[in-house]
Amino acid sequence: MTFEGYATGGFYDELFTADGAPRPEARPLVERVERLAEGELARSQQAAARALLRMGITFNVYDDGHGTERIFPFDIIPRIVSRGAWHEIERGLHQRIVALNHFIDDVYHDRRIVNDGVVPADVVESSQGYRPQCAGLDPPGGVWCHITGTDLVRDRDGTVYVLEDNLRCPSGVSYVLENRAVMKQTFSKVFDGLSVRPVSDYPSRLLGALEGVAPRGAGRPSVAVLTPGVYNSAYFEHSFLAQQMGVELVEGRDLVVNDGALFMRTTRGLERVDVLYRRIDDDFLDPDCFRPDSVLGVPGLMDAYRNGRLTVVNAPGTGVADDKVVYAYVPQMIRYYLGEAPILPNVPTWLCWRDKDRGYVLDHLDELVVKPANESGGYGMLIGPHATAAERSEFAERIAAAPRNYIAQPTLSLSRVPTLVDGGFEGRHVDLRPYILLGSKPFVLPGGLTRVALTKGSLVVNSSQGGGSKDTWVLG
Amino acid sequence: MLSRTAESVYWMSRYLERAANVARVVGVNLNLEIDLSGLAEEQWFPMVQVGGDEAAFAERYGAPTRSNVLEFLTIDRTNPNSIASCVAAARENARTVREIISSEVWQEINEFYLDVTAPEARRFALHDAVRFFGSVTRASHVVTGTKSETMEHGEAWNFSRLGRFIERADQTSRILDVKYFLLLPSAGDVGKPVDDLQWSALLRSASGFEAYRRTWGLVSSESVVAFLLLDRAFPRSVGHCVTQAEVSLHAVTGTPMRRFSNRAEQLLGRLASELDYTDPGEVITGGLHEFIDVLQDRFNRIGDAVTTTFFRQG
Repeated sequence: MTFEGYATGGFYDELFTADGAPRPEARPLVERVERLAEGELARSQQAAARALLRMGITFNVYDDGHGTERIFPFDIIPRIVSRGAWHEIERGLHQRIVALNHFIDDVYHDRRIVNDGVVPADVVESSQGYRPQCAGLDPPGGVWCHITGTDLVRDRDGTVYVLEDNLRCPSGVSYVLENRAVMKQTFSKVFDGLSVRPVSDYPSRLLGALEGVAPRGAGRPSVAVLTPGVYNSAYFEHSFLAQQMGVELVEGRDLVVNDGALFMRTTRGLERVDVLYRRIDDDFLDPDCFRPDSVLGVPGLMDAYRNGRLTVVNAPGTGVADDKVVYAYVPQMIRYYLGEAPILPNVPTWLCWRDKDRGYVLDHLDELVVKPANESGGYGMLIGPHATAAERSEFAERIAAAPRNYIAQPTLSLSRVPTLVDGGFEGRHVDLRPYILLGSKPFVLPGGLTRVALTKGSLVVNSSQGGGSKDTWVLG
Repeated sequence: MLSRTAESVYWMSRYLERAANVARVVGVNLNLEIDLSGLAEEQWFPMVQVGGDEAAFAERYGAPTRSNVLEFLTIDRTNPNSIASCVAAARENARTVREIISSEVWQEINEFYLDVTAPEARRFALHDAVRFFGSVTRASHVVTGTKSETMEHGEAWNFSRLGRFIERADQTSRILDVKYFLLLPSAGDVGKPVDDLQWSALLRSASGFEAYRRTWGLVSSESVVAFLLLDRAFPRSVGHCVTQAEVSLHAVTGTPMRRFSNRAEQLLGRLASELDYTDPGEVITGGLHEFIDVLQDRFNRIGDAVTTTFFRQG
């Protein structure tokens, strides 16, 4: 099977240059694929899909009223990142995560960045993830955002931009690990002699980071992963991470606060929890502190956290920086806290609450992507060039009604990767979500989750909307 | 381990055992059907009775014809005791404890589930039934073996084993009850010549024909009762199951055997001792059906005691 006739279509292609030649880092892969026997690639692709189903690597969808399980579609042609390109991304993410952590800590303490006029107080306080209950709290080691998934996209000219920072409960890392496992199982010959940086040490790194922020000094800390339950769309990931770290996977009903500490109900009575890697939002953590109607959390949990007998990861309140308006200020944060120029640029962003920006946005709705400041999963978005006039005027009304809730960005021409479609290769748009752990120093998992918009021409890569994924190879 | 997790592991195993049991009972009837060149409806109905689902069956299907009974017991998801329902329930429990069972165990259970719930399963179950039931029994052996070979033999494994043996003891007693009633309607029939084909089929449904033959030789109703209820060494006999359940329970708690530290240990230990000192002649004279009724009530109480001791301490 050959790539002959494969066209980059005027987009930046991750594997091929505009004149159709493989990029140097992709050449060995392209040659190997072209040497495969007729039908072998399609067979490997089918074997991979079957393996994912058999392994039960699925996510839940709710469109039919009750959750059903689907596999996350997987495309067998990997995305390749050269050593040099990865080095820049890694440096940029280190810088960014350290600045963001400074910012969150500052927001809940002296607010120097606000007092010095760099970020308006209003922007901070109107962020949906801002939790006044967290003011003055000091998480162990001063770490707030232990685990972050930052979405990167590459535009037509090859520039890599940061699209958003997911600082609450970023998901997807389990797919990175399982995609690699499936690739090795079903398509091992393409790895021969290539030095692809491994990803399987992520659970050890994560466990190390979690144990490293435990409140008690003595003994091996007890770590648990908190899940909303089996019907959550990311349940597979929660159980996968707990299994791979060898820690308990708990639900709110397994936990109880006693004497200012957190315990889980076991067959031998109550056992202490030191570090809780929670995969539920702040709002649901503790009905005594946040939403009183939450049944997912544990009454008194925040007391245990406040008095230092429990570490919660990511720290409650971290979501203040997971907001697309706050995002627009990250380059300023990097300059302010670190005195450095940002290594990875933000996508240019118009903030609709600013009168001048809003005027521009409303005049250019047909060119821009408009996003709600606080949604994830690709919901509630307007892609101007692909929208109808009626959709645009509906969005104009929404923006006018709640300007703080919307931002706009130019419609980027996301880069593409060859993808197996009907027995041939076609370019499909991709993004990249690397995962960053922040302990005593940052660690970036080499690669990350490459999500691919499987629908022809689509720019929406979310799994809930027809997206799939690819293995991501960072060459060593 | 977490109480919730322990409960899920326990039920995962109970449901798997239940599914395999349905396959055994029906599989044997299919063999018998070939030997006898067809079976009357009265031979199919006991298959429904084993699960205690007569009312639900009558409402949905009416006559206990071969294909009605097969469909009801294999792929009918409205029947909570069908093979597909049991495997789905086992898999749902497994899904909530994936981090506790090994990846290998999860994959075997998941494959089992995908196979029995696939659209082709209907055709397979109704038209190639002998192979279908064989494959279900085999899948259950594979899961049990995979558990034993890949899980740490700690608390989770012992809860799984406890669930498996309690369920199996219950199921074996049900098979014996239903078949016995059919084969030997009154106590006065004891000692009369027996239908060797039918009794052998009963033994085969417990995979016990060969083991029985080695120990007891020719088939007689009294020795079949002794074998399926009281034998200590045969893995599907009630006596063996109760003893093994006790072993796992004590492995969980660390209480020495012949002592108890909770209600579950007390009830299980008492039952094991009674079975040790029971004579098959007594059982038949007193009425097998009555004996099994009491036995099943005690299984239920043991199950409740396990729940309140470990899963819902309140």
